[in-house]
Amino acid sequence: MPSCAVESTPALALRIREHSLRMVHRARASHIASSLSMTDLLAVLYGRVLRVDPARPDWPERDRLIVSKGHAAAALYAVLAERGFFPVEELDRYCESGSRLLGHVSHHVPGVELSTGSLGHGLPVGGGMALASKRGGAGWRVFVLLSDGELDEGSVWEQALLAPQLGLDNLVAIVDYNKMQSFGSVAEVADLAPLADKWRAFRWGVREIDGHDHTAIAAALGQAPFEPGRPSVVIAHTVKGKGVSFMEQDLAWHYRSPDLAQLARALDEVRNR
Amino acid sequence: MRTAFIEALEQIAARDPRVWLLCGDLGYSVLERFASRFPDRFVNAGVAEQNMTGMAAGLAMAGKKVFTYSIANFPVMRCLEQIRNDVAYHNLDVTIVAVGGGLSYGSLGYSHHGVEDLAAMRVLPNMAVLAPADPVEARLATAALAVRRGPGYLRLGKAGEPVLHTREPAFASGRAIEVRHGETGPPQVTLLATGAALAVALDAAQELAEQGIEATVASMPWIAPFDDDYVRRAARSASVVATIEEHGAGGLAECVAMAMATGPNHGEPVATLLPFRLAREPVTVAGSQGELRDWSGLDPRRIAAAVSGVLSKAVPIRSA
Repeated sequence: MPSCAVESTPALALRIREHSLRMVHRARASHIASSLSMTDLLAVLYGRVLRVDPARPDWPERDRLIVSKGHAAAALYAVLAERGFFPVEELDRYCESGSRLLGHVSHHVPGVELSTGSLGHGLPVGGGMALASKRGGAGWRVFVLLSDGELDEGSVWEQALLAPQLGLDNLVAIVDYNKMQSFGSVAEVADLAPLADKWRAFRWGVREIDGHDHTAIAAALGQAPFEPGRPSVVIAHTVKGKGVSFMEQDLAWHYRSPDLAQLARALDEVRNR
Repeated sequence: MRTAFIEALEQIAARDPRVWLLCGDLGYSVLERFASRFPDRFVNAGVAEQNMTGMAAGLAMAGKKVFTYSIANFPVMRCLEQIRNDVAYHNLDVTIVAVGGGLSYGSLGYSHHGVEDLAAMRVLPNMAVLAPADPVEARLATAALAVRRGPGYLRLGKAGEPVLHTREPAFASGRAIEVRHGETGPPQVTLLATGAALAVALDAAQELAEQGIEATVASMPWIAPFDDDYVRRAARSASVVATIEEHGAGGLAECVAMAMATGPNHGEPVATLLPFRLAREPVTVAGSQGELRDWSGLDPRRIAAAVSGVLSKAVPIRSA
């Protein structure tokens, strides 16, 4: 029986943040701010939206989620473990020698649909999945979580152009729009504004939401498709490093790993927000 | 070859509802019948090969057997990372079909010369790499890839290549196909060719025959997996092993060299390897496929002369 609801998505989000912080601290890994940015999106997806069965990760009728921003692997592994795809204890082995929990999202981990890490791959693959579901008369949907920096990749826009042509109303893109990319702010590097207009011009149904407001996330994802016969994009305005004051919107935390004192402070902040 | 391919694919698709075909806005006068017979399993992905390949991966993850189709480098080089990360790494049932391999597109220039494809494809995980020599092999290769699990690459010529196989050869996975064998004594020379260059090898063998040298000729449609055993046997019984391919570095010659260098030689002498292939420098002049072959040294007379030149200097292992 596929499970698709947890008691509290804020509680799930808190556990994802705690796990992610501990994981990157132990592994001295990068990209903690990217994980914190999309944590609330993952919590609502796995807590309210996705029809998945942790006991059967390859259940054919499951909804698919592709995390195309593969550098934010810690948060994805954390939510998968919390939902029971594999033991929570295994999270301690993130990036350890011999561990399957690679530093970029790996399909060798139960519940992961697609290995990512090079940006711009998720939306085309998601489009192919959605086409299989659509033309096969299946009901399952495909969600693709994209970073904003990733939208620099032309391959994203190749699928953006084709998905409406193919009528992929079962495809939902979610942009984690935290306005920071790896070597500067989005506005400084290659400004995406006006982002909603770009997607509208590509004939997608568009919703803009606060990407940390669980009610808004659940409402948007529940309402897709926003326009009949068209794919949907949720532009989630987020804060990079959300929940940890000294990480928020600071480029350094795309790379830095918290030391023990920083970890303690960060855990304290996320628990008391 | 492309006609043989699409006819074979239509037959396969009629039997197997999992078979899909994606094209990158190319296939005029080739793909129309497939598209009309199987509209629910055909997509023109537009001039967007990265997206075409990513979608193929997504379809394959949902249980489809997907063929992507475009010309020369477009379905290979433009989307190499999608092939590597999405298709090969995930070991998906996606076959990349490139029409116009080698110098097929002659005068169209370097953008259309598929001359590094075998090198790029044969190093990828799980990837079967096939370069059929003629329409007969193209049909057999298509069928072999359709039943094989995992990713594949099919390098085709264009249209109108001569049929080189007078009867249907055995086409086992990863096996050479011997097409000519010297009848008088052990061969001194084995010519190995991949793809449409088999025609050049057969012409070179004819040239050698007129000089009294009976060469064995084998078609090597499988670049990966590769028939190391056949090459090692040839290297033990011949003085010269020559490779002939419409490809630059990293293709058939390297496969043969590795097989010869790493196999057990049982203390016997090993043949001299003569690679006939394209230079790394692009072909920058206009010409037909045949003219550019000659311009590049893939000329039967020059190959025969080079082989007999080496033979005349070689210490004979066995006299013919």
